[in-house]
Amino acid sequence: MSDLKSVSSSPHIRDKATTSFIMLMVVIALLPATVFGVIQFKLPALSLILVSVATCVLTEYLYEKLMHRKITIGDFSAVVTGLLLALNLPPTLPWWIAVIGSVFAILVVKQLFGGLGQNFMNPALGARCFLLISFTARMTSFAYDGVTGPTPLAVLKSGGGVNTLDMVIGRIPGTIGETSVIAIMIGAIFLILMGIIDLRIPGTYLVTFVVFLIIFGGHGFDMNYITAQLAGGGLMLGAWFMATDYVTSPITKTGQIVYGILLGVLTGVFRLFGPSAEGVSYAIIISNLLVPLIERITLPKAFGKGGKRA
Amino acid sequence: MNKCTERLYNGIIKENPTFVLMLGMCPTLAVTTSVINGVGMGLSTTAVLVMSNLLISLLRNIIPDRARVPAFIVIVASFVTITEFLVEGYLPSLYDSLGIYIPLIVVNCIILGRAESYASKNPVFPSIFDGIGMGLGFTVGLCCIGAVRELLGSGQLLGKQIMPASYEPITIFVLAPGAFFVLAVLVAIMNKVRARAEKKGRPLPPAQGCLGGDCSSCMNKACGGHLFSGQEKEGK
Repeated sequence: MSDLKSVSSSPHIRDKATTSFIMLMVVIALLPATVFGVIQFKLPALSLILVSVATCVLTEYLYEKLMHRKITIGDFSAVVTGLLLALNLPPTLPWWIAVIGSVFAILVVKQLFGGLGQNFMNPALGARCFLLISFTARMTSFAYDGVTGPTPLAVLKSGGGVNTLDMVIGRIPGTIGETSVIAIMIGAIFLILMGIIDLRIPGTYLVTFVVFLIIFGGHGFDMNYITAQLAGGGLMLGAWFMATDYVTSPITKTGQIVYGILLGVLTGVFRLFGPSAEGVSYAIIISNLLVPLIERITLPKAFGKGGKRA
Repeated sequence: MNKCTERLYNGIIKENPTFVLMLGMCPTLAVTTSVINGVGMGLSTTAVLVMSNLLISLLRNIIPDRARVPAFIVIVASFVTITEFLVEGYLPSLYDSLGIYIPLIVVNCIILGRAESYASKNPVFPSIFDGIGMGLGFTVGLCCIGAVRELLGSGQLLGKQIMPASYEPITIFVLAPGAFFVLAVLVAIMNKVRARAEKKGRPLPPAQGCLGGDCSSCMNKACGGHLFSGQEKEGK
């Protein structure tokens, strides 16, 4: 973004933020969740993360080299994509599925549509859904301490009881990066303090989701149930790190609120009424597709336009 | 007969209905989960196309211009019904896997498009060969898409295991999204080949499926005037 060709008329806002700075901050914010995932799931998780990140960066480099484009691997966006994708994979996944997912994320979702800033949906989530449809059995088998078991959300869906404290700390089966709410929140608070993200999208997302649960969840205002739904699955990771992706979320302030509400409702619908226990990734990529429409209807009026005619 | 071989070439390569004209996308995307489905669909369409081109070309001076589309539909629908019964009677397994898409051949854009833009204006023999060429072009297109999808999505080709046993099928390729991926990549390759041929100085002649700029009465809504503007450029 540093090579702006045309500059609008003054006043200009100067800021030290660049794409690579923001992306680096996101990587740092993801570190707690990553470290927690590696400690919890040991070597397989670490190797999956390394494979995903390396494949994403390499794919981006090779594509831009072959297409004679400017090499943009220095902006860390491919690193973020690879890391987010790996955090969304179950730790028992074979490495070659991670390679397929990374190539799909960078090549199909990002580069074929024009590279960073042009992708119409979050590359990491697009790839996750691609893998989820292609390798359903492998993508939904979660092991914890060597024992394969249902995720707390699946238990909750079938009417069982769950330990919410374990879910908040992260002592549950799940994907590499989604298990610990605490680790994710450390990163999220860091991003908010740095001014990289604001509360508008994740805030409306989570509030809408809770309201939806109270109305349609069938448990009324049951704190235990609501906490379990909030802490389970990819909701926290999705709300703080993927719904807030700059490229695929609305830029208007009203639009961001509409987007958050849409995310909350869709996630609720998928989780409560869908066949699967989890629905965050589908909710986010469907909302990504609606972003151009949301932006069009929430475009603020320019000064002097609109209002009542005298 | 030179005109007839030209029609064959035109249908299979130059104006391939799947990769160049982009017609008949609904069956193209829906039934190509395997090679055998693609071939079955392609050949059924070819049969209908040849017969309808023949009859419409014979009747071209009798059908009144204002009622031509209903007349075409009646002719096409009769042949589709015949084909449907034949497939159901002799190839029941193919009939089951193609399902609703056999009756839907009636509204296939290729058939109406050829009737409108070729058979209703040309003599019988070239029209028959136009039908054969277009039908084979469609079959080849479906076959290519079906082969890639079957190979990646289930590791098989024509129902035989091709990929090694350790290969894990990428299920998405036999589902709807896979059809779009495969079609897009094949069209991209096709365009690349065309562009390269043009660069080497022997350009493939532009597609002639259009009615000379009269886009309002054209069937090919997907074209959006591209074919015509291409011809204009060629003329200058």
